[in-house]
Amino acid sequence: MNTPLVDMGGVEKSFGAARALAGVDFQLMRGTCVGLVGHNGAGKSTLMNVLSGLIRPDAGSLRIDGEDFDRGYDPAAAVRHGIRCVFQELSLCPNLTVAENLRISHPSIKGFGWRKKAGTVIRDMLDQIFPGHGISPDSEVGGLTIARRQMVEIARAFSIVETKVELVILDEPTSSLDQNAAAQLVTFIRRFVSGGRSVVLISHLLGEILTASDTVVVMRDGVVVAVDSAQNFDRERLVRDMGEVLADDSGFGSRTSTKLADSDPVVTGPRENGHQLILYPGEIIGFAGLSGHGQTNALVKIFEAAQGARSAISATEPAVFVAGDRQSDGIFPLWSIARNISVSSFVRLMNRFSLDFDREADEAVGWHKKLSIRTADMKNNILSLSGGNQQKALFARALGSDAKIVLMDDPMRGVDVGTKQEVYEILTEQAAAGRALIWYTTETDELKHCDRVYVFREGHIVAELSGDTLTEASILSSSFEAEDV
Amino acid sequence: MSRFLTPAMMRTLLPGLSLAALLAAIFYLQPRTMSYFGLNLLLNLAVPIALATIAQMFILCVNDLDLSLGAFISLTACITATWLNDAPLIGVLALAACVAAYAALGALIHLRNLPSIVVTLGMSFVWTGIAVLVLPTPGGSAPGWIRTLMTLKPALVPFPIIASVVLALTVHFGLMRSAAGVVLRGAGGNPKSVERAGWSMLRVKCTMFALAGFFGVLSGMALVGLTTSADANIALRYTLLSIAGGILGGGEFVGGRVSPIGAVIGAITLALAGSFLSFLRLNPDFQIGAQGVILILVLALRLLINSKGTRA
Repeated sequence: MNTPLVDMGGVEKSFGAARALAGVDFQLMRGTCVGLVGHNGAGKSTLMNVLSGLIRPDAGSLRIDGEDFDRGYDPAAAVRHGIRCVFQELSLCPNLTVAENLRISHPSIKGFGWRKKAGTVIRDMLDQIFPGHGISPDSEVGGLTIARRQMVEIARAFSIVETKVELVILDEPTSSLDQNAAAQLVTFIRRFVSGGRSVVLISHLLGEILTASDTVVVMRDGVVVAVDSAQNFDRERLVRDMGEVLADDSGFGSRTSTKLADSDPVVTGPRENGHQLILYPGEIIGFAGLSGHGQTNALVKIFEAAQGARSAISATEPAVFVAGDRQSDGIFPLWSIARNISVSSFVRLMNRFSLDFDREADEAVGWHKKLSIRTADMKNNILSLSGGNQQKALFARALGSDAKIVLMDDPMRGVDVGTKQEVYEILTEQAAAGRALIWYTTETDELKHCDRVYVFREGHIVAELSGDTLTEASILSSSFEAEDV
Repeated sequence: MSRFLTPAMMRTLLPGLSLAALLAAIFYLQPRTMSYFGLNLLLNLAVPIALATIAQMFILCVNDLDLSLGAFISLTACITATWLNDAPLIGVLALAACVAAYAALGALIHLRNLPSIVVTLGMSFVWTGIAVLVLPTPGGSAPGWIRTLMTLKPALVPFPIIASVVLALTVHFGLMRSAAGVVLRGAGGNPKSVERAGWSMLRVKCTMFALAGFFGVLSGMALVGLTTSADANIALRYTLLSIAGGILGGGEFVGGRVSPIGAVIGAITLALAGSFLSFLRLNPDFQIGAQGVILILVLALRLLINSKGTRA
């Protein structure tokens, strides 16, 4: 019983130039819950993808249940050994019913009457984990709310049909659940591990990690930096080990406002539930709340209003959009860095007949210095840059245009700390120069750089925070109020 | 809104309602069609179209599109009217090879991650080319047993109706109700998730394309059974008819949302639309355009229901 269920040694994995895992040792004993924490890009998800067979490591050893795997470890082998995973992005088939989705992950459910059997299994498991869930096995997953989808996904991973379940990996399982359901899940995890099985829990909610886990593993920059019993950790130590500044409230409200007092608002939203979105020139306002609660949608609406679409929101100045999802709606992957920046300013950079290439190059050099984009030559392809520097180029694109309103859709995703600091300074400068900025961010810390913060829940603004009311606690509590169950 | 008339419910009922409305209009214009003989004539040509639509539906289900289906069905019709009639063994082997070729196309599209539209568009010329080689001039003759089957006159209910119902229900149980069908449809909804669960996407694609090939072969055979001869261009228009029928029947281009019963109903609706326009004495030059208008009307109605559903 003393051999670990999972024993990984010296696991390494690189994606191109980026080193996601730099020699990770990871052990997991039966009957325990391991909390895995780390900042964005620390390598948690990559490590778990190795464990569930989706990613083949470049080097290192993997032993499961005393059996050595050199090669030939794949998702099927993981499933054979009872390893299940609930992934960060939802992985249900939206066109199938709840029961049918169970069948996808449990091939042994078949034959006559399979539908009824699958329905019973998934309903029982939902009842066990989330009493009072109100989900019917026959409803189509695409029609469920995101919270309910997540419940189904979790229940599916814990369901036992024929293949055994030894270890369930939960990657941010509570990101869309309300507090009540999240607490139900933690209770269930404790019951599950007391039955001799194991859980790996990845979560950015540190309270959840501390209550649910026996052991906590802290990762940073692709290595494990701390392993200890959960009792020996508290919130402060976790945060310190993760290598970020202590998330206290001291930074909040420290920003000196550069709002132009006597000017008219550039964005005015409709008043709903006593809250109204207003943006003045010179302001930085933040959109907060759990991800996927309508912040991006609101940004898009403002952008459309600025382009002249009829809508409830009015925007009196042109706007630019800084995309957070660089790969899908940010960069032009075939173009140079310079061209990626100048694309928003083509009209301004025209001479009589065509684009003025000299001026384009001059401006690119200017941005190169100003934002210290790390490249030898701005003519290089945009993909030669790291993620953080690609994001700088996107900022340069937005700031290079003459739009007054800058809309930012979680732009710091996957950006390293140093780059972030540089960008924060630029944003402050831009506000001081009279631009109006709206910043949707999933990192509470970044809201310190905002004058005011609107918290979104389920598509609506539920709180407006500024001055003394702007604290991490108030943001969290407004993001997580009890929703209808 | 009452519990029964939810948007989802209305979406399911829409294909059936469109067909009923069209039938009612035809019966009104030409009451003589409301007979065994009349229905038989009206719906005869719907059978191969329904088979083609089912074939297309399998492809739509895995987020692909088959632009070669009409050419492929023409080829299988040519094989049926020649080899299958003259040398049944060679004919059967040739048709089996056609199905295998479709499965191979599925594998190619999956493995090389190619856009199915490009691959099938290219293949449509290949199919037509082979069809011309098999049957250079229109002709050939239908094997007797197919002819007998397609002209069957069962008591009470005309054969095309029985065939359509059997087809719709068989595919419905195979794809929508069976455990294996769930995996095939799931592959259209979220291929990554299906792959992570340990299923082979390669096998799924091959299966779906092979099924499409199989029903394409059936469509070609049924067509020859009705027309008694074939030519290399006999079914070219089936490509677009099958796509339209699948969509009309409640299917969607992406996301694995398909409905076999709806697809058969959609195919029949499109087949009837031609007769309806003839009964209106519409100039044949306008008929294709008018068919398009019917298609747009039904799809607009569906969009309306959908947007109501999201607002609710």
